[in-house]
Amino acid sequence: MATHHSRSAARLMMAPTVILLLGWMLVPLIMTLYFSFKKYLPLRGGDLGWVGFDNYVRFVTSSSFWPSVATTLFIVGCVLAITVILGILLAMLLDQPMWGQGIVRILVIAPFFVMPTVSALVWKNMFMDPTNGILAHLWRFFGAEPVEWLSQASLQSIVMIVSWQWLPFATLILLTAIQSLDSEQLEASEMDGANHLKRFWYIILPHLGRAITIVVLIQTIFLLSIFAEIFVTTAGAFGTKTLTYLIFQRVLESQNVGLGSAGGVYAIILANLVAIFLMRIVGKNLDT
Amino acid sequence: MGQINLKKVSKSFGNVEVIPPLDLEINDGEFVVFVGPSGCGKSTLLRLIAGLEDVTSGEIAIDGQDATGLPPAKRGLAMVFQSYALYPHMSVRKNIAFPLKMAGLPVEERNRRVEEAAKVLNLTDYLDRRPGQLSGGQRQRVAIGRSIVREPEAFLFDEPLSNLDAALRMGMRLEISELHKRLETTMVYVTHDQIEAMTMADKIVVLQAGVIEQVGSPLELYKRPCNKFVASFIGSPKMNFVEGEEAAKHDAHTIGIRPEHIAVSSEEGLWAGKIGVSEHLGSDTFFHVAVEGFAESITVRADGEIGLEYGDQIYLTPKLDNLHKFDADGLRIE
Repeated sequence: MATHHSRSAARLMMAPTVILLLGWMLVPLIMTLYFSFKKYLPLRGGDLGWVGFDNYVRFVTSSSFWPSVATTLFIVGCVLAITVILGILLAMLLDQPMWGQGIVRILVIAPFFVMPTVSALVWKNMFMDPTNGILAHLWRFFGAEPVEWLSQASLQSIVMIVSWQWLPFATLILLTAIQSLDSEQLEASEMDGANHLKRFWYIILPHLGRAITIVVLIQTIFLLSIFAEIFVTTAGAFGTKTLTYLIFQRVLESQNVGLGSAGGVYAIILANLVAIFLMRIVGKNLDT
Repeated sequence: MGQINLKKVSKSFGNVEVIPPLDLEINDGEFVVFVGPSGCGKSTLLRLIAGLEDVTSGEIAIDGQDATGLPPAKRGLAMVFQSYALYPHMSVRKNIAFPLKMAGLPVEERNRRVEEAAKVLNLTDYLDRRPGQLSGGQRQRVAIGRSIVREPEAFLFDEPLSNLDAALRMGMRLEISELHKRLETTMVYVTHDQIEAMTMADKIVVLQAGVIEQVGSPLELYKRPCNKFVASFIGSPKMNFVEGEEAAKHDAHTIGIRPEHIAVSSEEGLWAGKIGVSEHLGSDTFFHVAVEGFAESITVRADGEIGLEYGDQIYLTPKLDNLHKFDADGLRIE
C-alpha cells in the first residue's frame, strides 16, 4: 500500500468493517450509560425517570461492592499466576521429543474445548462433591475427612476450575513460542557455560517474554468476566461474588436495570484500570 | 595450549554412519579448515569437537586430556555459529559478557575484558545496542567477541561467513586471519568455500562423506592433490580432467590440468578447439573451450584480454610440469 491512491482505496474498503465493529461496541455502551442514569425496574413500574448519579452512589456504597472487586482481582491474579507458571513448565515438557507426542498434545489442549458450564458442572459433581466426588473418595482412602470444596474452600475451588480451563491456552501459546527458539542460541549458551537453570533464566524465559505478555493480556480480558463457573457452582455464595456476578444479581435477581447498568460502568472502569496496570508491567515486551 | 587429537572418532545418527572412524591431529596455534561439499559431515565433526554431539565411538583429547565425555562448557573451547546465535534480548555488552558472567567473574573484571574485546573488534560504539540493530558484519564481530573474552584453548567456527555478502566476507576473512595471527590460538574453521580454505588455513582437511580425503597445507593440496576429488575441489575454476587416448599418452587413466596451467594461442598448440562461453573478469579471462576429440569442454585462463571471442578457433598447450595424473580409482600417480 505504497501509493496515495491505493491507501485511500484501502481505507474505503476497510470502512464497512470498522463502522460495523464500532457500532457493535458503541450501541451497548451508550445504552448502558443511558440506563445507568435512570430508575428502571422492569417488573415494578418500568421506566421511573432520571435519577442522576443515584445508581452509581448506591452501587458503590453497597456492602457487597468492594468484596466483589477484591474477589474478581483475586481470581484473575491467582489464575494468571497458576496458568503462566504451569504453562511454562508444561510447554517445556511437551517440547521434549517423546513417544505419542501428537496425542499427548491434543489431550493437553482438550480442556480448552469444554464449555465453561460443562466443565464447572463436571468439577462440581464428579470431583468436588463431598460424598460422591473423586476427591472425597481420595480423602477417605487416606482416612481424612472429605473437604466440602465449594463451601469450605469456595474461592480456591473456582480458581482451580478456571485454571484448569485456561492452562491449555497458556500452554499452547508458550509451546509455540518455545519451539521458535533458535537451537543455536541454546547451544551457544551451553558452550558459554550456562547450566540448565541458567539457560532457562537467561535464554528461554526472556525469549518467552512476548508470549507470556500475550497470554496475560488475553486471559485477563476473559477472566475479568467469568460467570458460568460461578453460576453453576456456588451461585455467588461463600464469598465468590465477582463484580460480573454482582451486576447479574442486580439486573436479573433484583430486577433493577439502572443499578446494574451503573455496575456495568464500574466494571468497564475496573477493566481499564487493570489494563493500564498490566500494560505498564508487561507491555514493554511487545515493543521491538 | 590448544592441541586437539581425534582418535578413531565416529558418529552415527540411528543406523546412518555420518562419520566413519577417523583420526586427526590439530596442533597448538594452528588454523585448521575443514572443507568439503554440503552434507560431508564437516559441521558434525566440529560439533563433536565442541561437545554439542556425543561421539558414537572413539576418543577426543584436548591438550592431552581425555575430553570425550566432558560437557561443552568444560572443554575450554569457544564456538562461533553460522547464525551467530546472539542473545537478542541482551545488549552487545551483555552478550559479550555472558560467558564471563556464567563463569562467575567479578563485574569489574568482566567490564575490563568486554571493553578490551570491543576495542580489538571495533565494537566500542555499539556496546549498548541490541543485536537486532547491528549489521551482519557487526553481529559477526559480536559473536567473535563473545568467544574471545573467555580466552579459550581453541576457537571453533561453523561457516561463520556464509550469511554475509561477498564484499563483507572478504573483509571478515582478513579480520579473522589477523585475529589468528595476533592471538596465536588454535582455530578450527568449517566452510564449504574452498577460497576461504585456501586463503586462511595453515592446514586444510578435505572431507567427503565423513571421510578425510587429504590433510595438508593449501599449497600442498593445490600442487599435489592425492585424488581426483581433492583436485577438483581445490582451485577455482575447477581443474580440467581428460580421459581416454590423451590420458593414455601419459600412462594414466585420467589427466588433470588446471585452467591457469594451459597456454593459450590463436595460431598453434597441442589441442585445437572452439571458444564457447567466455568470462571476462578484467584481470583474467576464462574461456570454456570445446576441444576436438574431448568429451567435456576445457576451461582455460588467459591474462587480461586477448581479443578472442565466441566461436573463434583457439589452440591450447598444457604445461606438462603441472600435469596431474590419476589412475582408474581416481588416485594420484607420481
